[in-house]
Amino acid sequence: MEFTIEFDKQQIEAIENILQEELIDLGVQSVILMDLAGNVIVNLESGDKRHDVYSLAALAAGNYGAVSAMANIIGEQEFSLLFHKGEEESIHFSKVVEDLLLLTIFNKNVSLGFLRLKVAEAVKRIQALI
Amino acid sequence: MALINPKKKEVQVKIVYYGPGRGGKTTNLEYINRKFKKRIQSEMVTVKTYGDRTLFFDFLPFDIGEIKGHSIKIQLYTVPGQVKYNATRRLVLRGVDGIVFVADSMDLRREMNIRSLQNLKENLETFNKNIFNIPLVMQYNKRDLEEEGIPILSIDTLQKDLNSRLQAPFFPASAVRGDNVAATMKKIIAFTVSSLRKKLE
Ligand SMILES: Nc1nc2c(ncn2[C@@H]2O[C@H](COP(=O)(O)OP(=O)(O)O)[C@@H](O)[C@H]2O)c(=O)[nH]1
Ligand SMILES: [Mg+2]
Repeated sequence: MEFTIEFDKQQIEAIENILQEELIDLGVQSVILMDLAGNVIVNLESGDKRHDVYSLAALAAGNYGAVSAMANIIGEQEFSLLFHKGEEESIHFSKVVEDLLLLTIFNKNVSLGFLRLKVAEAVKRIQALI
Repeated sequence: MALINPKKKEVQVKIVYYGPGRGGKTTNLEYINRKFKKRIQSEMVTVKTYGDRTLFFDFLPFDIGEIKGHSIKIQLYTVPGQVKYNATRRLVLRGVDGIVFVADSMDLRREMNIRSLQNLKENLETFNKNIFNIPLVMQYNKRDLEEEGIPILSIDTLQKDLNSRLQAPFFPASAVRGDNVAATMKKIIAFTVSSLRKKLE
């Protein structure tokens, strides 16, 4: 049995700090760093809303796979960004590296433009770590 | 490809129920969901398509005990069995740690079982995995049909067709009645966790 990317405790803590600073402190409700098998690597939540992150990650992995297959059909390698907009809450996905996704759940108080900027920042910092 | 989180002291284990469409994979998970309700905090997730067939997977997370101080999160998935969904079926196999192959005992489904097992083998190969090296349990489902006078394959025939080379542990079962559903699940969990434990040591 081989493992995905392996993380040690320090790495996970460093990633948690990045996600806290760049996203949670900004007002984002929930961030999940996950792999494409649907495993949750890091999860941070703010406020009192708790999401079922394991189910979310499983579905996000499936969704990402489906959208990548769509990308291939139109001649793209993949779509590295995905965004689902809701009335109150929205979900943003960004690829971090091969096999790793960052999923962000945020509400109307956070603008999409700003969120994208911050996600890009966080992704860059995580990439530097792994 | 189980995921170990050294900070949360948690291992995530992915088990996939594979097999021909209409063989009883979803029925297995539904039974487990009912029977083990107490240990399952989240709802079972089913991604359906038109009609009542699974497009992506059914997903059922639950917790069982520990290995080496790590809590174990088991994630059970089923795949869509229909031929046209191979792309999604393959995706669900990404990072799989253990497999239950749910075969349909009905006489009429003999070829479909064989084809589905072959398809599993090929899909695993695309992830550089060998069906002989991954924990696998066979389930011969729908044994109850015999009582209704519906012709079913003998266990011998199923063993010859599907398990002569694999030599995997096997269970005759009836997912609608719940016969051997828990036994199949316990076997694949024990098998997968023990092969993981060896990796952790
Ligand atoms: N008689 C009988 N029917 C079953 C059994 N397991 C499943 N079925 C039926 O077979 C059909 C397909 O089952 P399902 O679980 O959806 O199959 P899947 O496509 O493998 O997920 C349903 O109508 C089930 O009620 C069984 O053990 N015995
Ligand atoms: Mg099904």
